[in-house]
Amino acid sequence: MTLFLVLEQGLNGLQFGVMLFLMAAGLTLVFGIMNLVNLAHGSLYMVGAYLATMFVQLTGAFVLAVVLALAGTLLVGVVVELVALRTLYERDHLDQVLATFGLILFFNELIAILWGRAALYSSLPAWLSGHIQVLPGVRYPVYRALVILVGLAVAALLWVVVSRTRLGMLVRAGASNRTMVAALGVNIRLLYTVVFGFGAALAGLAGLMAGPIYAVQPGMGEQILIQVFVVIVIGGIGSIRGALVGSVIVGMVDTLGRAFLKPMLATFLSPSAADTAGPALASMLIYMLMAAVLAFRPQGLFPARGI
Amino acid sequence: MGSPTRVVVLGLGLLLLAGVPPAAAVFNQPFYVDLFRRVMIFAIAALSLDLILGYGGMVSFGHAAYLGVGAYAVGVLMHHGIHNGFVQWTLAVVASTLVALAIGAVSIRTSGVYFIMITLAFTQMLYYLGISVEEYGGDDGMRLATRSQFPGLMDLKNPTVFYYLVLGVLLMFLYIGHRLVNARFGMVIRAAKSNEPRARAIGFSLYRYKLTAFAIAGAMCGVAGALLVNQTEYLTPEFMHWTRSGEIMFMVILGGMGTLVGPIIGAAVFLLLEDVLSAWTVHWQIILGPFLILVVLFAKRGLFGLLPGAASRNG
Repeated sequence: MTLFLVLEQGLNGLQFGVMLFLMAAGLTLVFGIMNLVNLAHGSLYMVGAYLATMFVQLTGAFVLAVVLALAGTLLVGVVVELVALRTLYERDHLDQVLATFGLILFFNELIAILWGRAALYSSLPAWLSGHIQVLPGVRYPVYRALVILVGLAVAALLWVVVSRTRLGMLVRAGASNRTMVAALGVNIRLLYTVVFGFGAALAGLAGLMAGPIYAVQPGMGEQILIQVFVVIVIGGIGSIRGALVGSVIVGMVDTLGRAFLKPMLATFLSPSAADTAGPALASMLIYMLMAAVLAFRPQGLFPARGI
Repeated sequence: MGSPTRVVVLGLGLLLLAGVPPAAAVFNQPFYVDLFRRVMIFAIAALSLDLILGYGGMVSFGHAAYLGVGAYAVGVLMHHGIHNGFVQWTLAVVASTLVALAIGAVSIRTSGVYFIMITLAFTQMLYYLGISVEEYGGDDGMRLATRSQFPGLMDLKNPTVFYYLVLGVLLMFLYIGHRLVNARFGMVIRAAKSNEPRARAIGFSLYRYKLTAFAIAGAMCGVAGALLVNQTEYLTPEFMHWTRSGEIMFMVILGGMGTLVGPIIGAAVFLLLEDVLSAWTVHWQIILGPFLILVVLFAKRGLFGLLPGAASRNG
């Protein structure tokens, strides 16, 4: 029984991990190439979740809603890049942090005006709400399994795009030397917009997949954003491989910590002490992990060298 | 303090702050004593951040942590029946210094964007810790039994007394800050900001200097936290919410970073703006957000930086 529980929580950890990865990939690419710290990345996640919820209600077709929401987030991302972020690439990190903090306030409030502050819960179509048999006796929700599959597929696709296509070559070149790429005649502005749009779409994908699992509400993006920061710090900024490894580690540690820390503490602490310390420790676990990684490898596990 | 204009602005501003309680009494508007006390508390927090951000070049996106630690030190002791302000505030300073040392020890090893993310992440960790400890109110926070008590000295329940105490603390920190940034220590910190490799080459061990500055800023902000929890008489993890860190940082930029008076002006403008806008619409943040972006893009030197004599680099 406990083995099944561990397996189930492990899958949950993986599911959370791939979601973190979708966010981290965009954030780390944008940082690696444009040298932009984008706090508003979480807002795009939120936009994706809201658009998907809205389109599901409007059209009633899940897949169509997903496609529309992805396109919508991509569009929002491109508009944000063109209007606000372009001017920030050459600024220092402090300016970027503050300006994108302003964007967060704006987006959260805009969403609150349009949809209200209360959490929305989006429903799943019947074909996604069942369970599948993972192992004999172990059942796992179809939807979460799908999230894992989509996340892994996107990771594979991203790897192919970055390492095997011309666009990916430009991305890698842009990450290692922007000025040189521009000097060789590449339209670097267009490349920036494309990369940012892609990153936005990935964040939107994470957001729309998060919708049916977590609550959809203003501010949902920042909660995950800060965890994504932990992922990136652990994995190494600008590195997609680092983002993947970091995401899975953080997803696992966080999920397993929340599930098993309390019962583990209860074996040698009094039940009431375990009740207090368990959740507190579990919520701090990933940050302590980050501190530990930094103590040994200040540049993260996979410092960015050619993504 | 640089040019005469700036000294005049500082003097006028302090006179104005000192005149708030009598004026509020004359016009029978006690609310403004409260509002300006809040302004000064956040001015202390912003001032402390400016020491490391404006002078030290350390972009800490987690300054609300020390606000929270200071507040929790007071609130937790209060919860356990220790109402003595001396004990509470001493703990607030000690605790926030230690937390700043711990966070600083890890974060200062890194720089740039790592530093921003790590300070933010650690603050978020403390925020979650605050939320998950049910004993001290957890998510909802808890009401304080009373304000910190300084028997025989003063009564913080009296709004005017409390007001002048906060003003006194602000003046004290302003003076300490002035001495600090112009001392050898401050010069080293500023050297680290303007050219780290060069400062290192001269032979300074910057890590220790930066960590010390980080801890001093944390201690100052801890005092602001102790004041803030007395102001609200309510302890909540919201003090450590990451948006609070962003707001304090914005106050510094808005007023003018790398100056001592700037953060005070920034805190005043920010909180008064918040007061006006939120009376006007509940969705005031939709105005604040773009305003923030515009300030960053077009008025980087802040309001104080727009005054004549801004070229002076001596704050």
